[in-house]
Amino acid sequence: MDALPGRPMHASTPEGAPVIGRLPAPAGPAPVEISGLSYAYGEGELRRPVLRDIALTVRPGEIVLLTGPSGSGKTTLLTLIGALRAMQEGSCRVLGQELMGAAEGERVALRRRIGFIFQQHNLLGFLTAQQNVAMALELDPATTEAGRLARATAMLAAVGLGDRGGSRPDQLSGGQRQRVAVARALAGDPGLILADEPTAALDRQSGGEVVRLLRDLARRRGVPILLVTHDPRILDIADRIIAMEDGRIVPMKEAGAVPSP
Amino acid sequence: MTAYPLEAPAPPAPGLLPWAPELTGDAPPPESRAPRARPGAALLLPARLAWRQLRAERARLFSAIAGVMFACVLVFMQLGFRSALFDSATALLSAMRADIFLMHPLTTVSFKPEMLPRVRASQAMALPEVRAAVPVYLTQATWRNPEDGTRRAVQLIGFDIESGVMDFPGLAPLAEALKRQDSMAFDLRSRPEFGPVPRLLAERGPFEVQVANRMMEVVGLVEIGPSFRADGNVVMSELNFRRVVKERLPSQVDLVAIRLAPGADREAAVARLRQIMPPDVMVLTQPQLVAHERSYWEEATPIGFIFMFGSIMGLIVGMVIVYQILFSDIASHLKEYATLKAMGYSNLYLGRAVLSAALILAVLGFLPGFMLSALLYDVVGKGTFLPLAMDTERALGVFAMIFTMCAAAGLLAMRKLRDANPADMF
Repeated sequence: MDALPGRPMHASTPEGAPVIGRLPAPAGPAPVEISGLSYAYGEGELRRPVLRDIALTVRPGEIVLLTGPSGSGKTTLLTLIGALRAMQEGSCRVLGQELMGAAEGERVALRRRIGFIFQQHNLLGFLTAQQNVAMALELDPATTEAGRLARATAMLAAVGLGDRGGSRPDQLSGGQRQRVAVARALAGDPGLILADEPTAALDRQSGGEVVRLLRDLARRRGVPILLVTHDPRILDIADRIIAMEDGRIVPMKEAGAVPSP
Repeated sequence: MTAYPLEAPAPPAPGLLPWAPELTGDAPPPESRAPRARPGAALLLPARLAWRQLRAERARLFSAIAGVMFACVLVFMQLGFRSALFDSATALLSAMRADIFLMHPLTTVSFKPEMLPRVRASQAMALPEVRAAVPVYLTQATWRNPEDGTRRAVQLIGFDIESGVMDFPGLAPLAEALKRQDSMAFDLRSRPEFGPVPRLLAERGPFEVQVANRMMEVVGLVEIGPSFRADGNVVMSELNFRRVVKERLPSQVDLVAIRLAPGADREAAVARLRQIMPPDVMVLTQPQLVAHERSYWEEATPIGFIFMFGSIMGLIVGMVIVYQILFSDIASHLKEYATLKAMGYSNLYLGRAVLSAALILAVLGFLPGFMLSALLYDVVGKGTFLPLAMDTERALGVFAMIFTMCAAAGLLAMRKLRDANPADMF
């Protein structure tokens, strides 16, 4: 079920340059399948709908950007997909788990299979970069301490921080911290990556590096990414751009106007 | 504004996707995840997380340890004083060595004894297993300090020393000297206000002291210990006791001490004595006598309550300190905790981390608290002449209290974890 019928699944960059990975997505069940999803904050008179009848599918290996003005509901949608909020209406199937009516325990279990990247790096300040990445693996009872640390080191090397494993977050630059966060999100071999404004706190260059890194690592593993952003500078990494406005997904013609800088 | 210049990938090799691991050289070998059971990990990993977090903020860690240590010392001192006061209250009776004692049932505490007829001692001799029974006289009199002349109340204990029925530590070698007229033995653990008797005795040999307006000769030292109502003790023969306390009727005694024949069964003798004695007599073994005295101080005075109250206050103060530390630790790391929740950490796991932090603080605070208390016991014990001693039972008991205190603080602080909502992270 495509949210934007009649359009290619991968958008072009503003310059019209070809998008990387313009290839048929790997086959398999869709990691994210949403239909008829509505969500509202508040009760009774104060009830304020933020999402109305959303339908969205993310295919395996696909990189989808979600843009739109603030208040359009894109972050709420991301938290629902990430099982951080309880569903109210509709259907949301993530990595095979139906979230409508899912118990707290099922949602917690699903989160372990999702890699999150936040606007802030949100690393634990009292842990080294390596220990922070290893935290993503500690929930798996089958891992050993040595295995976790080796995996964390490998992930840090993959984001170009192989020699900074022993540094604490306050000893790293903003871009480096966000790269550690990328390593942490990918360490547990997630089936889906959710990112919310990952470049918002970074300057142009380090933001570009982080997003490029994220894209490359996800591509190699075939992990789909759903990324919320305002940042027009990173639209070119997407296979597909979805614009939201007022709680609905709007056709791309209108959406094209949104990210103009 | 232009987009980031993103590098084009290497041209794909035929038959391979551009992101195929074979191309990128980044084929992550899926770790062999054998479902090995690690039961300890569920507790150890949160504890390690807690320790790393505590360690990161030294100032906060040390103030928490200081708080626990404070509570620990307070409880140790309160319990120490409590038991020292009870121990010293029963010091006199604890030092009396005899097999069985007879006491009037209306006697609640040894410093105000109800007297019983002297003839009960003779009656006890009716039993073949009783080898000897001697009456014991107790009273308080004034003692004049041999050095500066000040007066102070002293406990007098008079009984037939020669018979060997009742003994005090250090008394046996003095039996011969105490036969002399107006001689007595002084308790070397009496408070210093009675004068430097042990030193004078060593310098001059036996010397005279005024007791109840009579000049008495100190011939030696025994070891009894000060108690609540008498912080000095003097032991003398029955005859000398009558010389000092003239108004006392010899037929009325305060205690009867009994020595059994060798090999006699004490419990059986107690039972038989209870059968033959009239109701004005209570038959007690020495531990029962001490327990009877102790129960007066525990139940009929507010001493027990006062010290328990002090202990509980110490624990509450300690709990509030630990709670504050843990709470502010969580509050200042809400974002990080929310991130962990978003990564799939459950409330239960994070709760275990908070509880581990509390218990780590309990251990880290208890150890210096214990050492400081042991030191204070020594210093305060020497200064107040109270029998303050650290024993294993009390140390374990206080540790259990501190542990419970920290666990309670941890459980309270855990509620703050609910404020870490991962949905607010975006």
